Amino acid sequence: MTAGEPAITEEPGAAVLQGRAVGDTVFKAALTIAVLAVPALLGFLVWELWVGSRLAIERYGFDFITGTTWDPVAEEFGALPLIVGTLTSAAVALVIAVPLSLGVAIYLTEFSPKWLRQPVAFVIELLAAIPSVVYGLWGIFVLIPVLKDHVFPFLRDTLGFLPLFQGPIYGNSMLAAGIILAIMVMPYIMSVSREVLMAVPASQREAALGLGATRWEAAWTAVVPYARSGIVGAVILGLGRALGETMAVTMLIGNRHEIAASLFAPGYTMAAVIANEFTEAASDIHYAALSYVALSLFVVTVIVNGLARILIWRVSRGQAGGGQGV
Amino acid sequence: MTATQADREAAPGTSAPEVALEARAFSFSYGPRQTLFDISIRMQARSVTAIIGPSGCGKSTFLRSVNRMNDLIPGAGYQGEIRVAGMSVFDPSTDLVTLRRQVGMVFQRPNPFPKTIFDNVAYGPRLNALVPRREIPEVVEQCLRQAALWDEVKDRLDQPATGLSGGQQQRLCIARALGNRPEVLLMDEPCSALDPIATQKIEELIFELKQQYTIVIVTHNMQQAARVSNMTGFFDAGRLIEFDATTQIFTAPKHERTEAYITGRFG
Repeated sequence: MTAGEPAITEEPGAAVLQGRAVGDTVFKAALTIAVLAVPALLGFLVWELWVGSRLAIERYGFDFITGTTWDPVAEEFGALPLIVGTLTSAAVALVIAVPLSLGVAIYLTEFSPKWLRQPVAFVIELLAAIPSVVYGLWGIFVLIPVLKDHVFPFLRDTLGFLPLFQGPIYGNSMLAAGIILAIMVMPYIMSVSREVLMAVPASQREAALGLGATRWEAAWTAVVPYARSGIVGAVILGLGRALGETMAVTMLIGNRHEIAASLFAPGYTMAAVIANEFTEAASDIHYAALSYVALSLFVVTVIVNGLARILIWRVSRGQAGGGQGV
Repeated sequence: MTATQADREAAPGTSAPEVALEARAFSFSYGPRQTLFDISIRMQARSVTAIIGPSGCGKSTFLRSVNRMNDLIPGAGYQGEIRVAGMSVFDPSTDLVTLRRQVGMVFQRPNPFPKTIFDNVAYGPRLNALVPRREIPEVVEQCLRQAALWDEVKDRLDQPATGLSGGQQQRLCIARALGNRPEVLLMDEPCSALDPIATQKIEELIFELKQQYTIVIVTHNMQQAARVSNMTGFFDAGRLIEFDATTQIFTAPKHERTEAYITGRFG
Protein backbone atom coordinates (compact mmCIF):
# COMPACT_ATOMS: atom_id res chain seq x y z
CA MET A 1 0.00 0.00 0.00
CA THR A 2 2.88 2.38 0.73
CA ALA A 3 3.95 2.24 -2.89
CA GLY A 4 0.40 3.02 -4.03
CA GLU A 5 -0.18 6.03 -1.82
CA PRO A 6 1.44 8.68 -4.04
CA ALA A 7 -0.98 7.52 -6.75
CA ILE A 8 -3.90 9.23 -5.00
CA THR A 9 -3.59 12.28 -7.22
CA GLU A 10 -3.11 10.27 -10.38
CA GLU A 11 -6.10 9.26 -12.48
CA PRO A 12 -6.10 5.44 -12.43
CA GLY A 13 -5.33 5.15 -8.72
CA ALA A 14 -7.96 7.76 -7.84
CA ALA A 15 -10.70 5.75 -9.51
CA VAL A 16 -9.78 2.69 -7.50
CA LEU A 17 -9.78 4.66 -4.28
CA GLN A 18 -13.13 6.27 -5.16
CA GLY A 19 -14.70 2.85 -5.47
CA ARG A 20 -13.29 1.82 -2.13
CA ALA A 21 -14.36 5.06 -0.47
CA VAL A 22 -17.99 4.20 -1.28
CA GLY A 23 -17.53 0.96 0.60
CA ASP A 24 -16.20 2.99 3.50
CA THR A 25 -19.25 5.25 3.51
CA VAL A 26 -21.66 2.32 3.46
CA PHE A 27 -19.76 0.60 6.24
CA LYS A 28 -19.75 3.74 8.35
CA ALA A 29 -23.46 4.31 7.81
CA ALA A 30 -24.30 0.74 8.76
CA LEU A 31 -22.28 0.95 11.95
CA THR A 32 -23.76 4.33 12.85
CA ILE A 33 -27.25 2.87 12.56
CA ALA A 34 -26.26 -0.07 14.71
CA VAL A 35 -24.83 2.25 17.34
CA LEU A 36 -27.86 4.55 17.35
CA ALA A 37 -30.16 1.55 17.63
CA VAL A 38 -28.92 0.81 21.15
CA PRO A 39 -30.00 4.07 22.83
CA ALA A 40 -33.15 4.06 20.70
CA LEU A 41 -34.02 0.61 21.99
CA LEU A 42 -33.39 1.73 25.55
CA GLY A 43 -35.57 4.79 25.07
CA PHE A 44 -38.34 2.68 23.57
CA LEU A 45 -38.15 0.26 26.48
CA VAL A 46 -38.46 3.00 29.07
CA TRP A 47 -41.30 4.61 27.16
CA GLU A 48 -43.12 1.29 26.94
CA LEU A 49 -42.71 0.68 30.67
CA TRP A 50 -43.92 4.19 31.34
CA VAL A 51 -47.03 3.74 29.21
CA GLY A 52 -47.70 0.34 30.76
CA SER A 53 -47.50 1.67 34.27
CA ARG A 54 -49.33 4.98 33.67
CA LEU A 55 -52.48 3.76 35.39
CA ALA A 56 -50.56 2.76 38.52
CA ILE A 57 -48.38 5.86 38.51
CA GLU A 58 -51.43 8.12 38.37
CA ARG A 59 -53.23 6.22 41.11
CA TYR A 60 -50.40 5.58 43.60
CA GLY A 61 -47.62 8.04 42.65
CA PHE A 62 -44.64 7.87 44.97
CA ASP A 63 -46.62 6.04 47.66
CA PHE A 64 -46.06 2.99 45.49
CA ILE A 65 -42.36 3.13 46.31
CA THR A 66 -42.86 3.56 50.04
CA GLY A 67 -45.92 1.34 50.50
CA THR A 68 -45.54 -2.11 52.02
CA THR A 69 -48.87 -3.79 51.23
CA TRP A 70 -49.33 -5.88 48.11
CA ASP A 71 -52.98 -6.91 47.73
CA PRO A 72 -54.16 -7.36 44.13
CA VAL A 73 -57.71 -8.14 45.29
CA ALA A 74 -58.04 -4.92 47.27
CA GLU A 75 -56.06 -3.17 44.52
CA GLU A 76 -53.51 -1.97 47.01
CA PHE A 77 -49.93 -2.00 45.80
CA GLY A 78 -46.71 -0.96 47.57
CA ALA A 79 -43.30 -2.03 46.29
CA LEU A 80 -40.98 -1.23 49.16
CA PRO A 81 -40.50 -4.86 50.31
CA LEU A 82 -39.64 -5.79 46.72
CA ILE A 83 -37.05 -3.04 46.42
CA VAL A 84 -35.56 -3.91 49.78
CA GLY A 85 -35.57 -7.60 48.85
CA THR A 86 -33.80 -6.96 45.57
CA LEU A 87 -31.12 -4.82 47.18
CA THR A 88 -30.67 -7.14 50.18
CA SER A 89 -30.31 -10.31 48.14
CA ALA A 90 -27.83 -8.61 45.83
CA ALA A 91 -25.87 -7.29 48.80
CA VAL A 92 -25.75 -10.72 50.44
CA ALA A 93 -24.57 -12.16 47.12
CA LEU A 94 -21.76 -9.64 46.79
CA VAL A 95 -20.63 -10.02 50.39
CA ILE A 96 -20.14 -13.72 49.74
CA ALA A 97 -19.01 -13.65 46.11
CA VAL A 98 -16.54 -10.76 46.06
CA PRO A 99 -13.94 -12.10 48.52
CA LEU A 100 -14.24 -15.61 47.08
CA SER A 101 -13.90 -14.64 43.45
CA LEU A 102 -11.17 -12.13 44.15
CA GLY A 103 -9.30 -14.77 46.13
CA VAL A 104 -9.62 -17.25 43.28
CA ALA A 105 -8.52 -14.65 40.73
CA ILE A 106 -5.48 -13.65 42.79
CA TYR A 107 -4.57 -17.27 43.36
CA LEU A 108 -4.86 -18.12 39.68
CA THR A 109 -2.80 -15.19 38.45
CA GLU A 110 -0.18 -14.96 41.19
CA PHE A 111 0.26 -18.26 42.93
CA SER A 112 -1.10 -21.30 41.16
CA PRO A 113 1.12 -23.52 39.02
CA LYS A 114 0.76 -22.65 35.33
CA TRP A 115 -0.89 -25.94 34.34
CA LEU A 116 -3.69 -25.37 36.81
CA ARG A 117 -4.68 -21.89 35.62
CA GLN A 118 -6.56 -22.63 32.42
CA PRO A 119 -8.54 -25.64 33.66
CA VAL A 120 -9.73 -23.94 36.85
CA ALA A 121 -10.62 -20.74 35.04
CA PHE A 122 -12.48 -22.76 32.42
CA VAL A 123 -14.51 -24.69 34.98
CA ILE A 124 -15.46 -21.53 36.84
CA GLU A 125 -16.50 -19.81 33.63
CA LEU A 126 -18.57 -22.87 32.85
CA LEU A 127 -20.66 -22.04 35.90
CA ALA A 128 -21.86 -18.98 34.02
CA ALA A 129 -23.30 -21.17 31.29
CA ILE A 130 -25.68 -23.08 33.57
CA PRO A 131 -29.29 -21.92 33.11
CA SER A 132 -30.65 -20.19 36.17
CA VAL A 133 -33.61 -22.54 36.48
CA VAL A 134 -31.10 -25.35 36.97
CA TYR A 135 -29.51 -23.36 39.77
CA GLY A 136 -32.99 -22.96 41.21
CA LEU A 137 -33.68 -26.68 41.14
CA TRP A 138 -30.29 -27.47 42.62
CA GLY A 139 -31.00 -24.87 45.26
CA ILE A 140 -34.32 -26.46 46.21
CA PHE A 141 -33.12 -30.05 46.29
CA VAL A 142 -29.54 -29.72 47.50
CA LEU A 143 -28.71 -26.31 48.88
CA ILE A 144 -31.82 -25.61 50.96
CA PRO A 145 -31.77 -28.92 52.89
CA VAL A 146 -28.10 -28.40 53.75
CA LEU A 147 -28.65 -24.80 54.77
CA LYS A 148 -31.74 -25.64 56.80
CA ASP A 149 -30.24 -28.56 58.69
CA HIS A 150 -26.66 -27.42 59.18
CA VAL A 151 -25.65 -23.94 58.07
CA PHE A 152 -28.56 -21.86 59.36
CA PRO A 153 -28.66 -23.47 62.83
CA PHE A 154 -24.90 -22.99 63.05
CA LEU A 155 -25.20 -19.33 62.10
CA ARG A 156 -28.00 -18.83 64.61
CA ASP A 157 -25.90 -20.39 67.35
CA THR A 158 -22.76 -18.40 66.61
CA LEU A 159 -23.98 -15.09 65.20
CA GLY A 160 -27.43 -15.14 66.76
CA PHE A 161 -26.77 -11.92 68.66
CA LEU A 162 -27.19 -10.09 65.35
CA PRO A 163 -30.79 -9.46 64.27
CA LEU A 164 -29.77 -10.74 60.84
CA PHE A 165 -29.45 -14.29 62.15
CA GLN A 166 -32.46 -14.60 64.43
CA GLY A 167 -35.93 -16.06 64.16
CA PRO A 168 -37.42 -19.25 62.80
CA ILE A 169 -35.65 -21.17 60.05
CA TYR A 170 -37.78 -22.08 57.03
CA GLY A 171 -35.20 -22.91 54.42
CA ASN A 172 -36.55 -20.71 51.67
CA SER A 173 -35.18 -17.35 52.67
CA MET A 174 -33.35 -14.18 51.76
CA LEU A 175 -30.07 -15.81 52.76
CA ALA A 176 -30.67 -18.88 50.56
CA ALA A 177 -31.42 -16.58 47.61
CA GLY A 178 -28.32 -14.53 48.37
CA ILE A 179 -26.16 -17.64 48.46
CA ILE A 180 -27.46 -18.97 45.15
CA LEU A 181 -26.95 -15.51 43.66
CA ALA A 182 -23.40 -15.48 44.99
CA ILE A 183 -22.69 -18.75 43.22
CA MET A 184 -24.21 -17.36 40.04
CA VAL A 185 -22.31 -14.06 39.98
CA MET A 186 -18.98 -15.55 41.03
CA PRO A 187 -17.92 -16.63 37.55
CA TYR A 188 -18.41 -13.11 36.22
CA ILE A 189 -16.50 -11.37 38.98
CA MET A 190 -13.79 -14.04 38.96
CA SER A 191 -13.15 -14.12 35.23
CA VAL A 192 -13.17 -10.36 34.77
CA SER A 193 -10.88 -9.72 37.74
CA ARG A 194 -8.60 -12.49 36.54
CA GLU A 195 -8.28 -10.78 33.16
CA VAL A 196 -7.62 -7.47 34.85
CA LEU A 197 -4.99 -8.93 37.18
CA MET A 198 -3.28 -10.69 34.30
CA ALA A 199 -3.04 -7.37 32.48
CA VAL A 200 -0.98 -5.84 35.30
CA PRO A 201 2.52 -5.35 33.88
CA ALA A 202 5.18 -7.70 35.18
CA SER A 203 7.28 -4.64 36.02
CA GLN A 204 4.87 -3.81 38.85
CA ARG A 205 5.36 -7.23 40.44
CA GLU A 206 9.09 -6.98 39.96
CA ALA A 207 9.16 -3.54 41.54
CA ALA A 208 7.45 -4.84 44.64
CA LEU A 209 9.46 -8.05 44.83
CA GLY A 210 12.67 -6.10 44.25
CA LEU A 211 11.85 -3.97 47.26
CA GLY A 212 11.65 -7.00 49.46
CA ALA A 213 7.95 -7.82 49.25
CA THR A 214 6.90 -11.43 49.63
CA ARG A 215 4.75 -12.76 46.81
CA TRP A 216 1.67 -12.23 48.91
CA GLU A 217 2.67 -8.65 49.72
CA ALA A 218 3.47 -7.97 46.08
CA ALA A 219 0.05 -9.26 45.08
CA TRP A 220 -1.77 -7.30 47.73
CA THR A 221 0.16 -4.03 47.73
CA ALA A 222 1.17 -3.70 44.07
CA VAL A 223 -0.83 -5.93 41.76
CA VAL A 224 -4.30 -5.55 43.25
CA PRO A 225 -4.08 -1.75 43.72
CA TYR A 226 -2.91 -1.43 40.13
CA ALA A 227 -5.95 -3.39 38.99
CA ARG A 228 -8.36 -1.69 41.38
CA SER A 229 -10.64 0.09 38.98
CA GLY A 230 -10.94 -3.00 36.83
CA ILE A 231 -11.83 -5.08 39.87
CA VAL A 232 -14.52 -2.61 40.88
CA GLY A 233 -15.81 -2.91 37.34
CA ALA A 234 -15.96 -6.68 37.74
CA VAL A 235 -17.92 -6.33 40.97
CA ILE A 236 -20.38 -3.99 39.26
CA LEU A 237 -20.90 -6.51 36.50
CA GLY A 238 -21.73 -9.07 39.17
CA LEU A 239 -23.99 -6.61 40.97
CA GLY A 240 -25.95 -5.91 37.80
CA ARG A 241 -26.48 -9.60 37.33
CA ALA A 242 -27.52 -10.10 40.96
CA LEU A 243 -30.07 -7.28 40.80
CA GLY A 244 -31.80 -8.65 37.74
CA GLU A 245 -31.62 -12.39 38.33
CA THR A 246 -35.13 -13.81 38.43
CA MET A 247 -35.68 -17.53 38.18
CA ALA A 248 -33.34 -19.01 40.77
CA VAL A 249 -34.21 -16.27 43.23
CA THR A 250 -37.94 -16.82 42.78
CA MET A 251 -37.45 -20.50 43.52
CA LEU A 252 -35.48 -19.93 46.73
CA ILE A 253 -36.46 -16.64 48.30
CA GLY A 254 -39.84 -17.71 49.61
CA ASN A 255 -41.84 -15.00 47.84
CA ARG A 256 -43.30 -13.34 50.90
CA HIS A 257 -44.17 -9.70 50.55
CA GLU A 258 -42.71 -8.28 53.74
CA ILE A 259 -39.59 -6.70 55.11
CA ALA A 260 -37.92 -8.82 57.77
CA ALA A 261 -34.82 -8.01 59.75
CA SER A 262 -33.67 -11.61 59.67
CA LEU A 263 -32.00 -13.15 56.65
CA PHE A 264 -33.61 -16.46 57.64
CA ALA A 265 -37.03 -15.02 56.79
CA PRO A 266 -38.50 -15.26 53.31
CA GLY A 267 -38.62 -12.18 51.13
CA TYR A 268 -39.45 -11.12 47.62
CA THR A 269 -37.72 -9.28 44.81
CA MET A 270 -38.93 -7.04 42.02
CA ALA A 271 -37.89 -9.46 39.30
CA ALA A 272 -39.51 -12.37 41.12
CA VAL A 273 -42.90 -10.70 41.57
CA ILE A 274 -43.06 -9.81 37.88
CA ALA A 275 -42.24 -13.38 36.86
CA ASN A 276 -44.74 -14.85 39.30
CA GLU A 277 -47.72 -12.60 38.76
CA PHE A 278 -47.60 -11.26 35.24
CA THR A 279 -49.28 -14.25 33.62
CA GLU A 280 -51.94 -14.34 36.30
CA ALA A 281 -52.70 -10.67 36.63
CA ALA A 282 -56.47 -10.28 36.33
CA SER A 283 -57.02 -6.53 36.37
CA ASP A 284 -55.61 -3.61 34.42
CA ILE A 285 -54.39 -1.98 37.61
CA HIS A 286 -52.55 -5.18 38.55
CA TYR A 287 -50.81 -5.15 35.15
CA ALA A 288 -49.98 -1.49 35.56
CA ALA A 289 -48.61 -2.12 39.06
CA LEU A 290 -46.34 -4.86 37.72
CA SER A 291 -45.15 -2.54 34.95
CA TYR A 292 -44.51 0.06 37.62
CA VAL A 293 -42.40 -2.52 39.47
CA ALA A 294 -40.46 -3.16 36.26
CA LEU A 295 -39.93 0.56 35.83
CA SER A 296 -38.74 0.82 39.45
CA LEU A 297 -36.35 -2.07 38.89
CA PHE A 298 -34.98 -0.24 35.88
CA VAL A 299 -34.55 2.95 37.88
CA VAL A 300 -32.91 1.11 40.80
CA THR A 301 -30.50 -0.56 38.37
CA VAL A 302 -29.67 2.76 36.76
CA ILE A 303 -29.07 4.40 40.14
CA VAL A 304 -26.91 1.55 41.40
CA ASN A 305 -24.90 1.50 38.20
CA GLY A 306 -24.54 5.26 38.28
CA LEU A 307 -23.21 5.12 41.84
CA ALA A 308 -20.87 2.37 40.76
CA ARG A 309 -19.60 4.47 37.86
CA ILE A 310 -18.86 7.28 40.28
CA LEU A 311 -17.08 4.79 42.49
CA ILE A 312 -14.91 3.57 39.59
CA TRP A 313 -14.17 7.13 38.62
CA ARG A 314 -13.15 8.02 42.13
CA VAL A 315 -11.13 4.87 42.57
CA SER A 316 -9.18 5.32 39.35
CA ARG A 317 -8.66 9.01 39.97
CA GLY A 318 -7.78 8.31 43.58
CA GLN A 319 -5.23 5.73 42.60
CA ALA A 320 -2.82 8.30 43.77
CA GLY A 321 -4.53 8.72 47.10
CA GLY A 322 -4.50 5.17 48.41
CA GLY A 323 -1.83 5.63 51.01
CA GLN A 324 -2.99 2.74 53.15
CA GLY A 325 -1.62 0.26 50.66
CA VAL A 326 0.92 -1.20 52.99
CA MET B 1 22.87 10.60 55.92
CA THR B 2 25.88 10.25 58.16
CA ALA B 3 23.67 8.62 60.74
CA THR B 4 22.74 5.88 58.28
CA GLN B 5 26.35 5.39 57.47
CA ALA B 6 27.20 4.99 61.11
CA ASP B 7 24.29 2.59 61.65
CA ARG B 8 25.47 0.43 58.88
CA GLU B 9 29.02 0.32 60.09
CA ALA B 10 27.94 -0.38 63.63
CA ALA B 11 25.62 -3.19 62.58
CA PRO B 12 27.22 -6.56 63.21
CA GLY B 13 28.02 -8.69 60.20
CA THR B 14 27.67 -5.89 57.68
CA SER B 15 30.67 -3.85 58.77
CA ALA B 16 31.68 -2.18 55.50
CA PRO B 17 33.05 -5.13 53.58
CA GLU B 18 35.74 -4.35 51.07
CA VAL B 19 34.18 -6.63 48.51
CA ALA B 20 30.47 -5.87 48.30
CA LEU B 21 29.54 -8.34 45.62
CA GLU B 22 31.32 -11.44 44.53
CA ALA B 23 30.47 -14.22 42.09
CA ARG B 24 32.41 -17.46 42.13
CA ALA B 25 32.18 -19.80 39.15
CA PHE B 26 28.56 -18.85 38.71
CA SER B 27 26.58 -20.53 35.95
CA PHE B 28 22.91 -20.09 35.19
CA SER B 29 20.42 -21.82 32.93
CA TYR B 30 16.77 -21.58 31.96
CA GLY B 31 15.74 -25.18 31.60
CA PRO B 32 18.11 -26.82 29.12
CA ARG B 33 19.47 -23.49 27.83
CA GLN B 34 22.53 -22.30 29.69
CA THR B 35 22.86 -18.51 29.63
CA LEU B 36 25.79 -17.86 31.99
CA PHE B 37 29.04 -19.81 32.14
CA ASP B 38 31.45 -19.79 35.01
CA ILE B 39 31.29 -16.13 35.96
CA SER B 40 33.77 -15.00 38.60
CA ILE B 41 33.85 -11.35 39.51
CA ARG B 42 34.59 -9.21 42.59
CA MET B 43 33.16 -5.75 43.04
CA GLN B 44 34.53 -3.28 45.55
CA ALA B 45 32.22 -1.59 47.99
CA ARG B 46 31.25 1.96 47.01
CA SER B 47 32.27 1.69 43.41
CA VAL B 48 30.40 1.64 40.12
CA THR B 49 30.79 -1.43 37.98
CA ALA B 50 29.50 -1.31 34.43
CA ILE B 51 28.54 -4.47 32.63
CA ILE B 52 28.62 -4.18 28.88
CA GLY B 53 28.18 -6.62 26.05
CA PRO B 54 26.05 -7.37 23.01
CA SER B 55 22.34 -8.13 23.31
CA GLY B 56 21.61 -11.55 24.73
CA CYS B 57 25.06 -11.92 26.24
CA GLY B 58 23.62 -12.58 29.71
CA LYS B 59 24.33 -9.25 31.38
CA SER B 60 20.76 -8.77 32.57
CA THR B 61 20.55 -12.40 33.60
CA PHE B 62 23.62 -11.92 35.74
CA LEU B 63 22.22 -8.76 37.29
CA ARG B 64 18.89 -10.41 37.99
CA SER B 65 20.66 -13.37 39.59
CA VAL B 66 22.13 -11.12 42.22
CA ASN B 67 18.75 -10.40 43.79
CA ARG B 68 17.29 -13.69 42.59
CA MET B 69 14.73 -12.01 40.41
CA ASN B 70 15.24 -14.90 38.02
CA ASP B 71 13.57 -17.16 40.54
CA LEU B 72 10.32 -15.96 39.02
CA ILE B 73 11.07 -17.83 35.83
CA PRO B 74 10.17 -21.50 35.93
CA GLY B 75 13.00 -23.90 35.19
CA ALA B 76 15.75 -21.57 36.36
CA GLY B 77 18.86 -23.43 37.55
CA TYR B 78 22.30 -22.34 38.72
CA GLN B 79 25.72 -23.49 39.88
CA GLY B 80 28.43 -21.75 41.80
CA GLU B 81 27.90 -18.91 44.20
CA ILE B 82 27.15 -15.21 44.47
CA ARG B 83 27.83 -13.37 47.71
CA VAL B 84 26.41 -9.95 48.53
CA ALA B 85 27.35 -8.07 51.66
CA GLY B 86 28.43 -11.27 53.32
CA MET B 87 25.29 -13.21 52.37
CA SER B 88 25.35 -16.20 50.11
CA VAL B 89 22.59 -15.34 47.64
CA PHE B 90 21.53 -18.85 46.74
CA ASP B 91 21.99 -20.42 50.15
CA PRO B 92 18.74 -22.07 51.24
CA SER B 93 18.94 -20.27 54.56
CA THR B 94 19.10 -16.86 52.87
CA ASP B 95 15.88 -14.99 53.33
CA LEU B 96 14.75 -13.60 49.97
CA VAL B 97 13.14 -10.60 51.60
CA THR B 98 16.30 -9.67 53.50
CA LEU B 99 18.37 -10.17 50.37
CA ARG B 100 16.16 -7.98 48.22
CA ARG B 101 16.14 -5.31 50.87
CA GLN B 102 19.93 -5.24 50.78
CA VAL B 103 20.03 -5.29 47.01
CA GLY B 104 17.96 -2.54 45.42
CA MET B 105 17.02 -2.78 41.78
CA VAL B 106 16.23 -0.17 39.15
CA PHE B 107 14.64 -1.46 35.98
CA GLN B 108 14.89 -0.66 32.30
CA ARG B 109 11.65 1.22 32.18
CA PRO B 110 10.57 3.38 35.10
CA ASN B 111 7.96 1.37 36.97
CA PRO B 112 6.52 3.57 39.71
CA PHE B 113 3.45 2.26 41.49
CA PRO B 114 0.26 4.12 40.63
CA LYS B 115 0.35 5.67 44.09
CA THR B 116 1.49 9.06 45.30
CA ILE B 117 5.12 10.12 45.05
CA PHE B 118 5.32 9.86 48.82
CA ASP B 119 3.83 6.38 48.96
CA ASN B 120 6.20 5.14 46.28
CA VAL B 121 9.26 6.07 48.29
CA ALA B 122 7.67 4.97 51.56
CA TYR B 123 6.82 1.55 50.13
CA GLY B 124 10.03 -0.19 51.17
CA PRO B 125 10.37 1.35 54.64
CA ARG B 126 6.72 0.60 55.42
CA LEU B 127 6.83 -2.91 54.03
CA ASN B 128 9.94 -3.87 55.90
CA ALA B 129 9.10 -1.77 58.95
CA LEU B 130 12.58 -0.28 58.84
CA VAL B 131 11.76 2.81 60.85
CA PRO B 132 8.94 3.82 63.17
CA ARG B 133 5.95 5.12 61.24
CA ARG B 134 6.43 8.72 62.31
CA GLU B 135 9.93 8.83 60.87
CA ILE B 136 8.82 7.80 57.42
CA PRO B 137 8.39 11.37 56.09
CA GLU B 138 11.99 12.01 57.08
CA VAL B 139 13.21 8.93 55.24
CA VAL B 140 11.18 9.86 52.18
CA GLU B 141 12.70 13.32 52.09
CA GLN B 142 16.17 11.91 52.55
CA CYS B 143 15.76 9.43 49.71
CA LEU B 144 14.26 12.00 47.36
CA ARG B 145 17.13 14.36 48.12
CA GLN B 146 19.63 11.61 47.44
CA ALA B 147 17.92 10.89 44.16
CA ALA B 148 18.11 14.60 43.28
CA LEU B 149 14.36 14.77 42.97
CA TRP B 150 13.35 16.54 46.16
CA ASP B 151 13.35 20.08 44.81
CA GLU B 152 11.18 19.08 41.87
CA VAL B 153 8.54 17.20 43.82
CA LYS B 154 8.55 18.53 47.37
CA ASP B 155 5.36 20.52 46.78
CA ARG B 156 3.45 17.66 45.25
CA LEU B 157 4.31 14.59 47.27
CA ASP B 158 0.64 13.67 47.35
CA GLN B 159 0.33 13.72 43.56
CA PRO B 160 0.36 10.50 41.54
CA ALA B 161 3.85 9.36 40.60
CA THR B 162 2.59 8.46 37.15
CA GLY B 163 2.24 12.18 36.43
CA LEU B 164 6.00 12.72 36.51
CA SER B 165 8.16 12.76 33.40
CA GLY B 166 10.05 9.62 32.41
CA GLY B 167 13.33 10.87 33.84
CA GLN B 168 11.68 11.96 37.07
CA GLN B 169 9.93 8.60 37.33
CA GLN B 170 13.24 6.82 36.97
CA ARG B 171 14.81 8.98 39.67
CA LEU B 172 11.75 8.26 41.80
CA CYS B 173 12.37 4.54 41.29
CA ILE B 174 15.95 5.09 42.44
CA ALA B 175 14.67 6.96 45.50
CA ARG B 176 12.25 4.12 46.13
CA ALA B 177 15.11 1.62 46.00
CA LEU B 178 17.14 3.79 48.38
CA GLY B 179 14.25 3.71 50.85
CA ASN B 180 15.36 0.24 51.88
CA ARG B 181 18.90 1.48 52.59
CA PRO B 182 20.44 -1.19 50.40
CA GLU B 183 24.09 -2.15 50.24
CA VAL B 184 24.06 -2.70 46.52
CA LEU B 185 22.08 -0.99 43.79
CA LEU B 186 21.50 -2.93 40.60
CA MET B 187 20.61 -0.88 37.55
CA ASP B 188 19.38 -2.68 34.47
CA GLU B 189 19.84 -0.22 31.59
CA PRO B 190 18.28 2.54 33.68
CA CYS B 191 18.52 5.13 30.90
CA SER B 192 17.42 3.11 27.91
CA ALA B 193 13.95 4.66 27.96
CA LEU B 194 15.12 8.21 28.70
CA ASP B 195 16.08 11.24 26.66
CA PRO B 196 19.67 12.59 26.75
CA ILE B 197 18.99 15.25 29.40
CA ALA B 198 17.27 12.83 31.74
CA THR B 199 20.08 10.38 31.07
CA GLN B 200 22.65 12.94 32.06
CA LYS B 201 20.81 13.59 35.33
CA ILE B 202 20.78 9.90 36.15
CA GLU B 203 24.49 9.65 35.39
CA GLU B 204 25.26 12.57 37.68
CA LEU B 205 23.14 10.86 40.29
CA ILE B 206 25.08 7.61 39.94
CA PHE B 207 28.24 9.59 40.50
CA GLU B 208 26.83 10.97 43.74
CA LEU B 209 25.41 7.69 44.93
CA LYS B 210 28.63 5.76 44.70
CA GLN B 211 29.84 7.62 47.77
CA GLN B 212 27.50 5.41 49.76
CA TYR B 213 26.39 2.52 47.61
CA THR B 214 27.89 -0.19 45.51
CA ILE B 215 26.40 0.18 42.08
CA VAL B 216 26.24 -2.33 39.27
CA ILE B 217 24.94 -0.93 36.03
CA VAL B 218 24.12 -2.87 32.89
CA THR B 219 24.25 -0.65 29.85
CA HIS B 220 24.21 -0.76 26.09
CA ASN B 221 25.72 2.66 25.93
CA MET B 222 29.51 2.45 26.02
CA GLN B 223 30.01 6.17 26.52
CA GLN B 224 27.81 5.83 29.55
CA ALA B 225 29.87 2.95 30.89
CA ALA B 226 33.03 4.98 30.32
CA ARG B 227 31.54 8.04 32.03
CA VAL B 228 30.06 6.54 35.17
CA SER B 229 32.00 3.45 36.12
CA ASN B 230 35.23 2.61 37.91
CA MET B 231 35.32 -0.94 36.70
CA THR B 232 33.89 -2.50 33.57
CA GLY B 233 33.07 -6.09 32.81
CA PHE B 234 32.58 -7.25 29.24
CA PHE B 235 30.17 -10.15 28.74
CA ASP B 236 29.89 -12.12 25.57
CA ALA B 237 27.79 -15.24 24.93
CA GLY B 238 27.26 -15.84 28.63
CA ARG B 239 30.89 -15.52 29.63
CA LEU B 240 32.79 -12.77 31.37
CA ILE B 241 35.46 -12.05 28.79
CA GLU B 242 37.29 -9.26 30.51
CA PHE B 243 36.97 -7.38 33.78
CA ASP B 244 39.23 -4.48 34.55
CA ALA B 245 39.41 -0.80 35.39
CA THR B 246 37.17 1.16 33.04
CA THR B 247 40.04 3.25 31.67
CA GLN B 248 41.94 0.08 30.94
CA ILE B 249 39.03 -1.55 29.14
CA PHE B 250 38.33 1.46 26.99
CA THR B 251 41.91 2.40 26.17
CA ALA B 252 43.82 -0.84 26.15
CA PRO B 253 41.58 -3.90 26.26
CA LYS B 254 43.50 -7.11 26.63
CA HIS B 255 41.07 -9.29 24.78
CA GLU B 256 40.47 -8.83 21.06
CA ARG B 257 36.77 -9.60 21.45
CA THR B 258 36.48 -6.69 23.89
CA GLU B 259 38.30 -4.43 21.53
CA ALA B 260 36.07 -5.46 18.66
CA TYR B 261 33.00 -4.66 20.76
CA ILE B 262 34.07 -1.30 22.11
CA THR B 263 35.22 -0.13 18.72
CA GLY B 264 31.82 -1.04 17.38
CA ARG B 265 32.77 -3.87 15.10
CA PHE B 266 29.95 -6.05 16.43
CA GLY B 267 27.12 -6.02 18.96
